[in-house]
Parts: sequence; structure tokens; C-alpha cells
Amino acid sequence: MTAQIERDKYLDMYRTMVRIRGFESNVERLFAEGKIPGFVHLYIGEEAIATGVCAALREDDYITSTHRGHGHCVAKGGRLGEMFAEIYGKRTGYCKGKGGSMHIAAVEKGILGANGIVGGGLTLANGAAFSARYRGTDQVVACFFGDGATNNATFHEGVNLAALWNLPVIFVCENNQYGMSVPQKHHQKIVDVSVRAQAYGIPGVTIDGNDVIKVYETAMEAISRARRGDGPTLMECKTYRHKGHFQGDPDVYRDKEEVRKWITERDPIRRFREFLLRSKISSENDLETIDREVEGEISEAIRFAEESPLPAPEEALEDVYA
Amino acid sequence: MREITYVQALNEALREELKRDESVFIAGEDVGLYGGNLGVTKGLFQEFGEKRVKDTPISEGAIVGLAAGAAATGLRPCVEIMYVDFMGLCLEQILNQTSKLRYMFGGKMKLPLVIRTQGGAGFSAAAHHSQSLEAFFTHIPGLKVVMPSTPYDAKGLLKSSIRDDNPVIFIEHKFLTDFRGPVPDDDYTLPLGEAEIKREGKNVTIITWSYMVHVALEAAERLAGEGIEAEVIDVRTLKPLDEETVVGSVEKTGKAVILHEACRTSGFGAEVSALIADKAFDYLDGPVKRVTAPDTPVPFSPVLERAFMPKPEDVIRACQEIM
Ligand SMILES: Cc1ncc(C[n+]2csc(CCOP(=O)(O)OP(=O)(O)O)c2C)c(N)n1
Repeated sequence: MTAQIERDKYLDMYRTMVRIRGFESNVERLFAEGKIPGFVHLYIGEEAIATGVCAALREDDYITSTHRGHGHCVAKGGRLGEMFAEIYGKRTGYCKGKGGSMHIAAVEKGILGANGIVGGGLTLANGAAFSARYRGTDQVVACFFGDGATNNATFHEGVNLAALWNLPVIFVCENNQYGMSVPQKHHQKIVDVSVRAQAYGIPGVTIDGNDVIKVYETAMEAISRARRGDGPTLMECKTYRHKGHFQGDPDVYRDKEEVRKWITERDPIRRFREFLLRSKISSENDLETIDREVEGEISEAIRFAEESPLPAPEEALEDVYA
Repeated sequence: MREITYVQALNEALREELKRDESVFIAGEDVGLYGGNLGVTKGLFQEFGEKRVKDTPISEGAIVGLAAGAAATGLRPCVEIMYVDFMGLCLEQILNQTSKLRYMFGGKMKLPLVIRTQGGAGFSAAAHHSQSLEAFFTHIPGLKVVMPSTPYDAKGLLKSSIRDDNPVIFIEHKFLTDFRGPVPDDDYTLPLGEAEIKREGKNVTIITWSYMVHVALEAAERLAGEGIEAEVIDVRTLKPLDEETVVGSVEKTGKAVILHEACRTSGFGAEVSALIADKAFDYLDGPVKRVTAPDTPVPFSPVLERAFMPKPEDVIRACQEIM
């Protein structure tokens, strides 16, 4: 990469991370204010993963997401207004108020949907990858899931088939070390999820998921491999969620010192920011401008959602059949 | 009598059964220290330890498979599947293993297990966390299906389910979590297969279960204001179904409205309707009405969700139509 392209890429990535953080902090606030129905799972603390992976994807590539899907959606180019509107249950939302937080999809952006079922995206990702190959394109699919999901049948069935058929999938495990309240060491005997790749005959790597550049570079490699037709990679990103599992989770199962450490010493945004400044890729001023611009975008998006109409009750009957 | 919540009643049933019978154990996602998604297993891990109350991976197939193997070899598992919507992930274990092993093995095996789960809408949880799938399970021979509407019923029926020698699908309603009601202190059980008349009436019979019992009772209250006395029957267990109570009531009133939160097509209401046509046809002096949710997935937005769920007005209208 030339210095300029690299600089632009990095600033884009910074912007995406700040967007996700801003989106989620506002979801947190609005939920507390009672404006958002249902339940929400925040991505705060894990921004480097969606950002790094999606920065390595092409616009026409696909992603499948999880119940913690806002970050993936933002990173893949989801429009903030439609996302907020969906979370508010408005007609202008991505799913016309029928999906909500856990089911945001934007097919035109390659976003094949957040998913209320843990592990639900794994086999869908294979379908999209198969279809890409069938149609003769070189699109790839990035499939996001948590450490908890890797115990589900869909993980094993999904990775096995993708390996066998050399499907262009990048399996991205966001190992935030908890499956809801259960720590990783109580839900699986292995330390690194990536060792499971061996069982299916594909490469597996474990990286620092809070280092956005590392995520980006690893994803680049896995994606070119997939695009070349050499099949899937299991890419495990170690990370941590700053908040409870969902909004309102009393979070009694995590050690307070552990939480504090991750938030203060390993925050992915602060780390990237410091890197950008230290390596003189960017000035404090540039970054503050980005911060401010993002803040404006978010207020605009929230205004759009709040001013949008609710669906009419009879719309509940629509969209069942094509 | 003291009043406790639906969830507390379920919790007491589990605690008492764990105490009573060493072969009873609990397993499921987050049922341990966390105490279960809605708090039904709260405190049990602390009281009985990790041998009896087990956190599992998020692996629904593994949970139900574990239950089947353990039940077949002498234990009485009571496992939790967080939401009925996730049953698809362990359908193989339900559909082909727990429900069929006894039959296939010529009656030489018992499968005393309970799968507790939560169903129903009302919290804007959208289409992956709100379904009412009871009809589905009533269609699988070998299973029993239980759906309590009050704390009293929840406790008595859960205890009976655990003591039953067959696989039981026990579906709680998430909207009833904090619903309070009288529950005696002493040990009691309620037989599976016995309906309860929750309100007496002579003009029309409303047959329902789970959360909809409360919708029916509200409708009945309002109908009484117009001089229509509705009898509300809570079937409590869909399988086995207490046909006698249903048929007896329709013989008395001559009119039947069936109310359920599940979608209409192939809902359990169709089964009840067929039962009435078969056994009480001569007593009917009007068509059998069904009040149900429409045939759509459960929508997210509160306005849409309200439109989806049957309301007292829908029940009142159905009753008035056949008066
Ligand atoms: C099949 C299934 N089982 C259980 C749940 C309930 N649930 C939602 S998220 C979650 C924890 C998921 O953990 P992980 O896969 O590690 O993802 P994370 O939340 O850490 O991002 C659970 C138990 C679900 N939605 N789907």
C-alpha cells in the first residue's frame, strides 16, 4: 500500500470504530430511556473485529452476523438512520419494524442479517458462499459468531461443509470469553478456538482481536485465500465486551477487576488512536474532526428514526409470502 | 394463602423435586450460578451444587440428547431450553429419540424427562423469541404437553411432570413471569390431563390455555356486563387433553369459542374444534369459533405485536357473533 492509501484506510477504520462505539452508546442511552423495545446486545469493546474484517472485504462481499450485530452492520456499510429506525420499530427501518435489534439485515449491502439464534449464521454463510461460486463470482463471505456458538452443532456442521467444499468463507470467532454468563473455561476445554480448524482440515489462527490492524491484515490473508478458491479459514479474535451480555444484565458473573483491566488498558479504540498519533499517521485535530462528524451523523440518524412513522397495525400481515 | 409469582412457583417445584428425589437433575444454558434466563432455577445451584444443577454449552441438541440418555438409564432430567423457538435445534433429539425410544424398544424403556421452555409473545422479542409452538409437539406421539397459566398450576403441574414416566414438554409463558397468585406451602401435585373451569358460565364456553386464560377471563368479565355468561376452561395440559370437561361444558352452553396465541393454521384450536364437532355436535347451536393470532411470524414493533396477539375484544366479538 502507498502511504496515502494506507493513511486513508486507517482513518476510515478509525471512523468506523468510532461510529460503532457512538451508535452503541446511544442505543444504550435510548434503551435506558425506554425508547427502544425488546432487548439489545451491545458491541462496545469489540469494535476492532467488525471494523478490521469489513475493511478487508469488498463492497459486494457478504457477511452473516449474530445477536450482537450492530457493529457488523455498521462496519459493512449499513446506514445508521435505517438501523436506528429498525431498533425503534419504525416503518422506515431496515426490516420495516419486523426484525428489531437482533434481526437487522441489508441485503443490498451484503448484510445477510443479524440472527437471534446463536450459531444461526454459520450454515447461511455456506449457502451464500456456495451461491457466489455457483454464479461464478469471486465474492466471499465473512461469518461472525461468538466463542459460545462454537459449541453448537451448526459450527461443526458448518465449518465441516465449508472445508469439504472449499467454500469462500472466513469464519470469524469473536472470542469475548463469555457465552452469556458462562466463562469460556466452563464451556469448552480448549483455550484457543482456532485449534478446532485442525479437525476440519483448514487453517486456524488466533489473534489479538482488539488490535484492528492485526485483524485487518489477518482478514486480508484469509479473504485472498478464499477468493483464490483455497477455502475457508477459522480466524479467532480474542476480545472482551465492556458491557453485560444484554442491556440490563446485572453482570454478576465477571470479576470487576478483569472488566476494569480490559476497559482501561485494552480498549481497541484508544489503542488505535494512540497508534495513529504515535506513528504520525494522523493528528489529534484530524481525529477530533472525525469524532465530531460521527457525532453529527448519529444525531441525524436518531432524529430520522424518531421522526419516522410507526408501521400501521395491518402491516403485521404483510411480507409473509413473496 | 400466601401469594407468590409464577417463576417462584416453578422454582419451588424444582427445589422440592430435587430434594425429594436424588435422581432428578437440572441442566441447561445459564441455569447454574446465573439462575436461568428468567430466574426459574435461581438459588438451586447454590443449594444443590453442580452435580445436580448443570450449566451446559449453548448446544440444544446436546442438552436434549443428554436428557434422553440419562432418562433411559435411570435418572429424571429436567432440562431447560431457553425459548421454545430454539427447539428446532434439538428437534432430532425430541422427534426421533425421546418420544420414540420406548415404543421402538417394545416398551422396555422409560424416558422420564421434562423439557422446560418458555413461549409466547408480548415483549417485542420478535420472531425468534416469541412463538407459540405447542401444536407442533402435540403432533408427536410419545410426548406430553403442559402449559400452565397460574403460579398454582405451574407448581403442581411441574411436579407431576417431573414424576411422570414420559417425556414432557413443559411450556411456560414469559409474559406471566411476575404474575402472582395463591400457592399453598405444602406439597401438592396436579394431575396431567385435567382441565380446570376457571370461571363458570352458562351461555358460551371459551376454551383456552397459558397466558390467553387471562385474556379470556377479562373478556368474560366484560361479557357479563352485557348479560352473557361465559365459561372459561383452562385445559392446562394439551396432551393428554381433558376431553370430558371440554365436551361437558359445550353440552351445557351450546356454544364454543377456542382462544389461543399461536397462529391459526393447524393450531391446537383446530384439534379442539374437531373434538367438539365429533363429541358435542348435537348440542351446538352455532358454529365453533377460533380466536387466534394470524398466520404470520411474530413482529417486533409493539404496535405490530399488539395487532398480532389476540385481545379481549377479539374474544368478545367472537362470542357475540354466535349469541
Ligand atoms: C441457539 C441459541 N441458544 C441460546 C440463545 C440465547 N443466547 C443468546 S446470546 C447467548 C450467548 C452467546 O455467546 P457467544 O456465542 O459467545 O456470543 P457473545 O454473546 O459472547 O457475543 C445466548 C446463550 C440463542 N439466542 N440461540
